[in-house]
Amino acid sequence: MSKTGIIPFGPQHPVLPEPIHLKLVVEDERVMEVYPAIGFVHRGLEMLAAKKDINQMIYVVERICGICSMMHGMTYCQALEELMGLDIPPRAKFLRVIWAELHRIHSHLLWLGLFADSFGFENLFMQSWKIRERIMDMLERTAGNRVIISVNIIGGVRRDMDDSTLRWILQEISGVEKDLSGLKDMVLNNYTVKKRTVGKGVLSKDEALRLGAVGPVARGSGIARDLRATGYAAYGELDFEPVVEKEGDCFSRSVVRIREIYQSIDLIRQAVSKMPSGEISVKVKGNPPVGEVISVVEQSRGEVFYYIKTSGTQYLERLRVRTPTFANIPALLKMLPGCELADVPVLILTIDPCISCTER
Amino acid sequence: MLGNIKSVLLNLAKKPVTRMYPDVKRNYFENTRGHLINDMEKCVLCGICQRVCPSNCIKVNRDEARWEYNPFECVLCGVCVERCVKKSLKLDSAYRQPASSKYRVELLMESREEGKAAGKVKSLA
Ligand code: SF4
Ligand code: SF4
Repeated sequence: MSKTGIIPFGPQHPVLPEPIHLKLVVEDERVMEVYPAIGFVHRGLEMLAAKKDINQMIYVVERICGICSMMHGMTYCQALEELMGLDIPPRAKFLRVIWAELHRIHSHLLWLGLFADSFGFENLFMQSWKIRERIMDMLERTAGNRVIISVNIIGGVRRDMDDSTLRWILQEISGVEKDLSGLKDMVLNNYTVKKRTVGKGVLSKDEALRLGAVGPVARGSGIARDLRATGYAAYGELDFEPVVEKEGDCFSRSVVRIREIYQSIDLIRQAVSKMPSGEISVKVKGNPPVGEVISVVEQSRGEVFYYIKTSGTQYLERLRVRTPTFANIPALLKMLPGCELADVPVLILTIDPCISCTER
Repeated sequence: MLGNIKSVLLNLAKKPVTRMYPDVKRNYFENTRGHLINDMEKCVLCGICQRVCPSNCIKVNRDEARWEYNPFECVLCGVCVERCVKKSLKLDSAYRQPASSKYRVELLMESREEGKAAGKVKSLA
């Protein structure tokens, strides 16, 4: 006779430093049902919009998530630029692409490390974080900080890259590519990794669509949806195809992310080679007019959504952020039932959860 | 599997990637936003930095001719530096030193006419 019980996962768990709480209803070693609970790190950042003016808010939204901070700033600035009818200089758009793609690479490498850690592959964790360090150096040299780089302002970017820096970036990015080639084999052609990921947590294409999965979770299930294809910033002038895998299991989600690292490297090369000259920002006068705007950007974890309502003053009336992890939690709840208890951390890590993002 | 063995062998032959801190220190990049400094010789206490700072960590007290700043609340965004009309603020590239207790940085402008700056006053917050 099988035994039923409830096992809590989190909010403190060794593999996931962030506080998500899942109540797992288990029958022997098998998960039958899952009840999620979030709300442990709610910081009320959306409400700060009433206290900080629109320019100060850039630095607040960047702190919604450390790992995709640049893209939060970019989404926010793009929203206000659209509302105020600003046309930002082409060079600023290309610089935004370079920083955004550097962020995507470091985010995926960070995920790869944590993912490897979730099934006890410590060596891979160290290797991928070692490579990530080169990206952090690139961010620090070009933007001034390692993680929260604060480069976006309404109307453009704050820092420029001169030719020697751009050349150095190309050089470093080739180094990263070389380092990655060894790492790729360790993930994709590895018996242990495959044993733990292939066929686990399968999310079919229909389910992914129905549950509104975004980012690599959706693309791993065969949905070719990448918001960069809408051509915001300078993506319209760059050549790329969304990375899609069909299987919908943990392994194909990993493959999507690893292929996306290569895609980002390629996008950075394209952006550097097509970099136009000129100004990096335009002057902004006055407050934004009364209005509403929606802005979406493809972050490393998927689609981030900003809704902004202005009141004609220097403060926003409402700021609403929906982050990719929030959109992917329903998909996670679909994947978990039926899996083994030991696979739960692996499945949770495969949506690349960012809980502080989700709760803001 | 072969990939793993190759990686193990390669890594055995390589030097460690970590540094023997604190003996070997990492160099800062030129543009790094490490910590904020204010040159009181130039500051005119206009208060712009206080107004633009997103974390509200600067206080400009014109009556007492004092510029105060809480380094532990500063998020090193550099907005104040960009907006300072007198270019008296600067972000140094060295990271802020760790401290065992919190303090505020208070800089006095002794006499406005002579524009002399007094030394750094640190007091517990
Ligand atoms: S903006 Fe510059 S000059 Fe004005 S108070 Fe601040 S530091 Fe002094
Ligand atoms: S660097 Fe930013 S947070 Fe720090 S004092 Fe200046 S404006 Fe404020």
